[in-house]
Amino acid sequence: MSMHAWLPLAVLASSLVPGLVIFALPESWIGLRTALNLLGALVKLVLVGLLLAGVAAGEQYGFRHAVLPGLELAFKADALGLLFISLSAVLWLFTTLYAIGYLEGAPHRSRFFGFFSLCVTATMGIAMAGNLFTFFVFYELLTLATFPLVVHRGTPAAMHGGTVYLAYTLAGGAVLLAGIVWLHHLVGHTEFAHGGIAAALGPQYAGQLRIVFLLLIAGVGVKAALVPLHGWLPRAMVAPAPVSALLHAVAVVKAGAFGIVRIVYEVYGVEFAQSLGLLFPLAVAAAVTIVWGSLRALFQDDLKKRLAFSTVSQVAYIALGVALFGPIGTIGGLVHLVHQGIMKITLFFCAGNYAETLGLHKVSELSGVGRRMPATTLAFSIAALGMMGAPLTAGAVSKAWLIEGARAAEMEWVIGVLWTSSLLNAAYFLPILWRAWFRPPPAAWPDEHIPARGRRETAWLLLVPPLVTAAAVVVAGVFAAADWSPLAWAKLIAAREYVTPQ
Amino acid sequence: MADPLVGLVLLPLGWATLAFVLGPGRGAWAALAGIAAQAWLAWLLAAQVGAGGTARHAVGGWGAPLGIDLAADGLSAALLLLTQWLALGVALYARSYFAAGDPARRYFWPLAGFLLAGLNALFVANDLFNLYVTLELVGLAAVGLVAAAGGERQIAAALRYLFAALAGSGLYLFGVALVYGVYGTVSIATLAPLITPEAPRLVWIAGGLMALGLVVKSALFPFHFWLPPAHGGAPAPVSALLSALVVKASFYLLLRLWLGPFAPLAPAAAWLPALLGAAAIFWGSWRAIRAERLKPLIAWSTVAQLGYLFLIFPLLAVPAAFGAGVMQVFAHALAKAALFAAAGVFIQATGQDTVAGLAGAAARLPVTLFAIGLAGMTLAGLPPSAGFLAKWQLIEAALALGHWPIAVVALAGGLMAAVYVFRVLRQAFCLAPAGAPVAAVPRALEWTAFALAAASVLLGFFGVDLMTLIEVRA
Repeated sequence: MSMHAWLPLAVLASSLVPGLVIFALPESWIGLRTALNLLGALVKLVLVGLLLAGVAAGEQYGFRHAVLPGLELAFKADALGLLFISLSAVLWLFTTLYAIGYLEGAPHRSRFFGFFSLCVTATMGIAMAGNLFTFFVFYELLTLATFPLVVHRGTPAAMHGGTVYLAYTLAGGAVLLAGIVWLHHLVGHTEFAHGGIAAALGPQYAGQLRIVFLLLIAGVGVKAALVPLHGWLPRAMVAPAPVSALLHAVAVVKAGAFGIVRIVYEVYGVEFAQSLGLLFPLAVAAAVTIVWGSLRALFQDDLKKRLAFSTVSQVAYIALGVALFGPIGTIGGLVHLVHQGIMKITLFFCAGNYAETLGLHKVSELSGVGRRMPATTLAFSIAALGMMGAPLTAGAVSKAWLIEGARAAEMEWVIGVLWTSSLLNAAYFLPILWRAWFRPPPAAWPDEHIPARGRRETAWLLLVPPLVTAAAVVVAGVFAAADWSPLAWAKLIAAREYVTPQ
Repeated sequence: MADPLVGLVLLPLGWATLAFVLGPGRGAWAALAGIAAQAWLAWLLAAQVGAGGTARHAVGGWGAPLGIDLAADGLSAALLLLTQWLALGVALYARSYFAAGDPARRYFWPLAGFLLAGLNALFVANDLFNLYVTLELVGLAAVGLVAAAGGERQIAAALRYLFAALAGSGLYLFGVALVYGVYGTVSIATLAPLITPEAPRLVWIAGGLMALGLVVKSALFPFHFWLPPAHGGAPAPVSALLSALVVKASFYLLLRLWLGPFAPLAPAAAWLPALLGAAAIFWGSWRAIRAERLKPLIAWSTVAQLGYLFLIFPLLAVPAAFGAGVMQVFAHALAKAALFAAAGVFIQATGQDTVAGLAGAAARLPVTLFAIGLAGMTLAGLPPSAGFLAKWQLIEAALALGHWPIAVVALAGGLMAAVYVFRVLRQAFCLAPAGAPVAAVPRALEWTAFALAAASVLLGFFGVDLMTLIEVRA
């Protein structure tokens, strides 16, 4: 087996193997468990680095295994997959560090970190899937691996949130499967390819292909939390903060959004999807989701719930970028896949810090928290400003490219949607910032677990991850023009998707 | 004994007799050694059939039509392989499961041996009457296994089961007699060219009676009434054998006759089993979702899962449908044996089997819990399990022929299965009531359950090998 086959497999194994070993470890072996977690995350980063260098140089990585005659598990690490892989691999490291700090002394940590590693494995599989069949296999595995994390606390609220999550995602999976088998039946395979595979069918199949598209998008739309399929996401916020980070930034909603990208570009082909009239409805769905999510976020007092509705809105930017016909919109959507990830993970880390350190769960309780926890609140503020699209942040870059994309696609109404969204984002984030920085703190915090020691406002493991990701929000914004920025990589992908021989 | 075909029939008869002679409760080692040898023979046979086509043995050197011919094509070889390896797992489990004084242990090994002999003979038999004999042997051994526990409930269930089994094989025998009356032979190979759509009405009736008898024995809705009490009430290793293998035997026979001698008549009735299968999926799943106790839940799930097997009949024009049927037999057999084994672990650990009562125990028996999770993936048809491949092939075949309602039933059934599986699994995450006693359980029990469940998932990576094997036709 050449290196081109084993690198993708090694990326999967670098989280699968630690996960399986961790399941077998006794609860009390904290040191070995932590070492395995970090070793897996670091090895994965190295492997992803090798892949990035290879793919940038034009190398091809892939591996195939037939499970039935005519049906193959196929992996390929291409530029688009690597965008998602790199994001997840980097954020996995920080989420692991954060989770180690967050769960210190909590029960069932072996179980937690075991499933945590399986989640990331499933995400890697989704990113490297070479056909829709493989995508589906890992998409369902992701559902199964996240359920134990969502219900981790075992409280009635957690069980309810987990049940709702399963009901949505498994039903979505069934719809997706129907679409995939149908497509497989029509085309004979479900390979991801530049320019798509559906266009090869004659015009008499246009009707069926439209229905298949609806099934596929509805299936992945559940995880991407497109309205009206978003109901699970706000309820799943009962999960511990590292899990929320996983759901909102590293794995789950990203898997849905990434699925939309693959389906539009590499199953249907963006030109063919446009010719079938499929992009406009997708853009409308994304626009409705953007506005509706923001409106709902306005009225949530629970901080994590407000962030959850904000995710509903922000992830739809990716779908919107995909639906804007033309390379500029594509770049905007793809780069937002990364930018939304680093911004939202920062926000959830900070929300977790408030809850763990001081017992603050509601927006109305955050008065004066900026004085008690300045570093956390600074990270929160940067990420929130990024979400609004403030200059010098990653969010500004996404928004600029999306607006340009909308103009290029001659869909001016989209610009209106984007501005409305920015205003709404400001309306639900600015009051939090104002309250945190400028209102007087209460005499006593509701439930102070971790006392301040000098300049250390909370445990280091809780503090460092959000500061790093917040810094990344700024770096990705300021250095967007650099060769190594997410934007540069998104441009590379767009160049390969649009300028390809048919 | 050099011929695997003969060894597979004689070996279990041999160790069953030995176990019987040794006396109640003894003979476990003989059984294990015998089954291990059978597993090896089945492996050899599968390799031989896969490489060189069908295997054949003329008993006593006589040969058909005078003597008895044993023959195995790809389908037989595959089912023999499944039966021996699954039985090996269940036997290892049973050896640890039955405590010294358990009344169910007394006749377990002899009866299990006769059951396996009957199954193996059924898979290699080649004429309608020999098939009847093997069917009867399987049925009686199975009833005996249910009754052996000796409780009032088990005896009642066994009587019901006996009634259904005898009615089923009686109907089958009646059909065989009619066929013999018309054609003067019961050899499948001789009958195949004789039966045509212009066959006399008696042959149609015979076919209908045989199919009805086999359907009763396969517990297809609405003839499933005997299954939940029998499978839900028997000791765990017995339930595992019954749900995994015994109901599949009559399905195998139905499929073999349907595709073989009765193929010219079959299309006329293809939708009837499919409709009943769909009803079985919905009714069985619904009852499983509502079940209060673990073993009845699993038994009702068997009723539902058997329904998938009958969905393939209108689709048999496409090869994927046959593949779907066999894959579902394998997936369900492994997963169901694992589930009953896991249920047995919980019963031994907590002394009861309500679903809600798992809350305390599940978190303390993680291996068993994983077994339930993996087996549940297979039942719900979630990837990458073998159950998923079965579902994929079924939907593909349904779409290829434009019969999309079957695809919808398969998808909906998978979701319903997920509901009852997660009803069990979620108990593990509920906050446990303090102080619920959990007794120590032999590790062999936990790990055999896990191995069976893992096999049902791992088979999902080896679908090509299984499909290549069953492609070998006589």
